[in-house]
Amino acid sequence: MNFTFDGMDLTGRPGDTIAAALLRAQMRIVNRSFKYHRPRGLWGAWVEEPNAILDVTLNGVRTPNCRATTTPLAAGMAIESVNTALTARRDPLAVLDRFARFIPAAFYYKTFLWPSWHLFEPTIRKMAGLGRMDGTQDFVPAAPQRHETAELLVIGAGPAGLEAALAAARAGLDVVLVDDRDTPGGSLIDRAEHLEGQSPADWAAAMISAFRAAGGRYLPATTAFGAYDHGLFLLAQRRDHPAAPALIRLRADRAILATGAIERPLTFVDNDRPGILSLHAGQAYLNRHGVLAGQRIAILSTGDAQTAATQFRAAGAAVEVIEAGEGRAEVEAVHWFARHLRGLTLTDGRRIDCDTILASGGWTPAVHLHCQTGGKLDWREDIQAFVPRADRPQILTIGAAAGTFATDDARSDALIAARGDRPALRAQDPVRKAWPQLGQSRRAWVDFQNDVTVKDVELAGRENMRAVEHLKRYTTLGMANDQGKISNMPGLATMAAIRQVPIPEIGTTTFRPPFDPVSLATLAGPKREALFAPPKRLVLEPLHRAAGALMREYGGWLRPAVYTDVEAEVSAARDHVTLFDGSPLGKIDVYGPDAARFMDFIYYNTMGNLKPGRARYGFLLTEGGIVFDDGILFRLSEYHFSVSCSSSHVDQVANLLDLWRQDQFDPDRVFIQDATPHWATLTLAGPKARALMARLDFGIPLDDAAMPHLSVVQKDGMRIARVSFTGDCSYEISVPARAAAALWQRIVTTGRDFGLALQGVEALAILRMEKGLIFVGKDTDGTTMPHDLGFAAPREKKQVEFVGKRSLFTETASRPDRLQLVGLACQGAPLPVGGHATAPGQPASQGYVTSAAHSPTLGKPIALALIAGGLGRMGEEVEVYHLGQRRRATICPGCFVDPEWERLNA
Amino acid sequence: MQSFPCPFCGPRPEPEFLFVTEMGKTRPEPAAEVSAPVWAAYLHDVKNIKGEVAEVWQHLPCGQLYLMRRDTTTMAVLGVQSFRKGGAA
Ligand SMILES: [Zn+2]
Repeated sequence: MNFTFDGMDLTGRPGDTIAAALLRAQMRIVNRSFKYHRPRGLWGAWVEEPNAILDVTLNGVRTPNCRATTTPLAAGMAIESVNTALTARRDPLAVLDRFARFIPAAFYYKTFLWPSWHLFEPTIRKMAGLGRMDGTQDFVPAAPQRHETAELLVIGAGPAGLEAALAAARAGLDVVLVDDRDTPGGSLIDRAEHLEGQSPADWAAAMISAFRAAGGRYLPATTAFGAYDHGLFLLAQRRDHPAAPALIRLRADRAILATGAIERPLTFVDNDRPGILSLHAGQAYLNRHGVLAGQRIAILSTGDAQTAATQFRAAGAAVEVIEAGEGRAEVEAVHWFARHLRGLTLTDGRRIDCDTILASGGWTPAVHLHCQTGGKLDWREDIQAFVPRADRPQILTIGAAAGTFATDDARSDALIAARGDRPALRAQDPVRKAWPQLGQSRRAWVDFQNDVTVKDVELAGRENMRAVEHLKRYTTLGMANDQGKISNMPGLATMAAIRQVPIPEIGTTTFRPPFDPVSLATLAGPKREALFAPPKRLVLEPLHRAAGALMREYGGWLRPAVYTDVEAEVSAARDHVTLFDGSPLGKIDVYGPDAARFMDFIYYNTMGNLKPGRARYGFLLTEGGIVFDDGILFRLSEYHFSVSCSSSHVDQVANLLDLWRQDQFDPDRVFIQDATPHWATLTLAGPKARALMARLDFGIPLDDAAMPHLSVVQKDGMRIARVSFTGDCSYEISVPARAAAALWQRIVTTGRDFGLALQGVEALAILRMEKGLIFVGKDTDGTTMPHDLGFAAPREKKQVEFVGKRSLFTETASRPDRLQLVGLACQGAPLPVGGHATAPGQPASQGYVTSAAHSPTLGKPIALALIAGGLGRMGEEVEVYHLGQRRRATICPGCFVDPEWERLNA
Repeated sequence: MQSFPCPFCGPRPEPEFLFVTEMGKTRPEPAAEVSAPVWAAYLHDVKNIKGEVAEVWQHLPCGQLYLMRRDTTTMAVLGVQSFRKGGAA
């Protein structure tokens, strides 16, 4: 399988990961480090790898930041190192490493404060920064998502997980077994450990067959990366590169974590040199891929390494095993020359020639998922590691993840856990400690990916960043995308040594999902682009489009913004008549014998005395007295009201009503139904609206006595209301949605004789502004009470209880300098919305402009504003400040056109 | 994401639910007789107990309010009860 790495043509074999193929091709330097641009090689063979983060292009799709150890190789991949100015082998920025003593931990925080970090940030980001996106490329295709349930979820298909899953499935449980490898067996395969006379691959395959035969579901190549409340686990299921993994949300009654352990590095000077790998990784490359990490291998291990040494020798390598850890000789120097590892010298004077060092500093159980669900950890002195505290029957941890390393022990514990019982703790042979030494004159790496050394941790200690969460943020230890899998424990141990306390007193940082990086495409799934927040669609949308409407989203609805020209549409509404699609207007039905009393409680205004067939404008408040919505309430009959709330607030208003109904009323005597989607509402507005209505001939009297402003008639399944949001005589005709198109066509045809124009939302925004009518949320904010809008009467007169009443009488509610809605008159261009009003020449804000436009009716700019004490300041001059500009304006009443409201009945 | 039992619909995912209030708050009225501190306590004071709590929740798809007892340390749901007359427990 041919591929390229930094432009070189290389060959790998089927089944290789990118890392295995690079090692096979003897690419010792695969990347540069994040901060110092030190040359880096592979350390690990799976999720623990900190160095080999590479950009991969396949079939024209560039995927940044692929971890080489977990990404399967595919023929034709073009692979590039990251953090390099040129290539991994030749990186001019490596000069940074020579200045390392000038860039310690927190260097950037301290140095680039003056005059502003933002001045330096772009250059620094460019020098650091991991992989590169291809900006010309479209999004990767959506990843599928699905939901699953299980009685038992087993995570990890090593010997412990396989044993537990099979036993539970045979006991009749619905079991899902998840494993992040393509094939089962886990660490058995890495170590080539035979079981029951079978090769590990054969044994594991037989276990999987038996598991499936017992009804179990096995999900290979699937990483359980997040554990959440109530048994929810998030799983990422690998797909062929470059497709983002699929997401599975699996809810399990209980879980068994058999997630294994991660080998720790040894922390000696220059321990980050290419050619220094984890011992376990060296075994994994040999036993999984048939690749020898080197020809002359020095093994430095705190544990027994004889089996591994035998395997390497059998494959043809020369091997020297050196005992490491407490009481043994330390590494004094690593010999690195001409981009090659040449050997090492020990403190006892021994010099070993080697091209590869395989290091093992002991094992850290993979406790991430246990901790993500709030599980606690206990320190085990014998294995120098934290293990899960076994105090929750729903989540049990077994095998190496629980600190039980021997395969036989792990398998018998698995059988106990499969029954739902807690395996007993097993004491292990004490391991030799191998924690970092303080006071070294040269750098020894703790966090390879973020370039954090023992010296940096010591600096953090000196500067009193001693708490574990401070240490993490000050040095960035454990904050890279490997989340400190190999670095957290040495880091904690270093700080424990500095503070001269036992390691468990330092504690650990919080484990959060994901265990392993997850593509955003996986998390987003299909919910993106058109499906991200799909707008509600009007039943008449095809007719609007046919009429040339520009459709835009308003309050969650896709609506006609403008058909031809906003100002022409405004003029048509003032001079003739317009047709407007008002279908999104709320139509929340409230029924029942207590409905009138309910409306009185819900509304700021008195509503219970409304006569059937009549309508009234009013406000809904929060209990804090703040205006939540405004609109017209119709009383259709004694026991039936319809709440015509703002188009964008229907769901919230309907739910607010339901909450009060259930909390304060007998829910069998008041009923609420949001009928908005069942209706379409066509609005006719303008001086010729009544004449057009007469020609349309709906069979209802239209004179002011029979149908005055604020009234409603029901006829032939229609609701015809006379209300106005433009200030002119206006009718809202609501029909069942299916009848809307026919009515629309009839109005358009009949309207030709009356100069009818179609009118969009943008024109309505100006028409209502000319009349000083508000949009809640635009002309009000989170402090606005109804008396700030000039509606003070109910506050003063309404006797019965209503929502928010008490809040209208607090000290704050009564202040004279409250922000009140007024108009602003000015010359020239419309005022800037959001511009702040000040006293002339003064800096302090006295409020701000909420709406502004050029009024085609008046031929001058108009604006609405919330101004401190504004209702009592008519005629006063203010300045409007915006982006350094100051404009003069005069406070005036908000109603600019027809202040006597004579056009309503014209 | 938690899984909550609605007394009407059974176990459903957390995003379908709305926390309404802690159980036991009564709306003080009439407004004219309610002191500012009493009203402020009604609006803003929450006990926010660590451990077992009784809360009013709403299941949005069916709209019903109900009482839910749960443990804020273990996240375990201890029981739910409808507010409806003769409602399911
Ligand atoms: Zn429900």
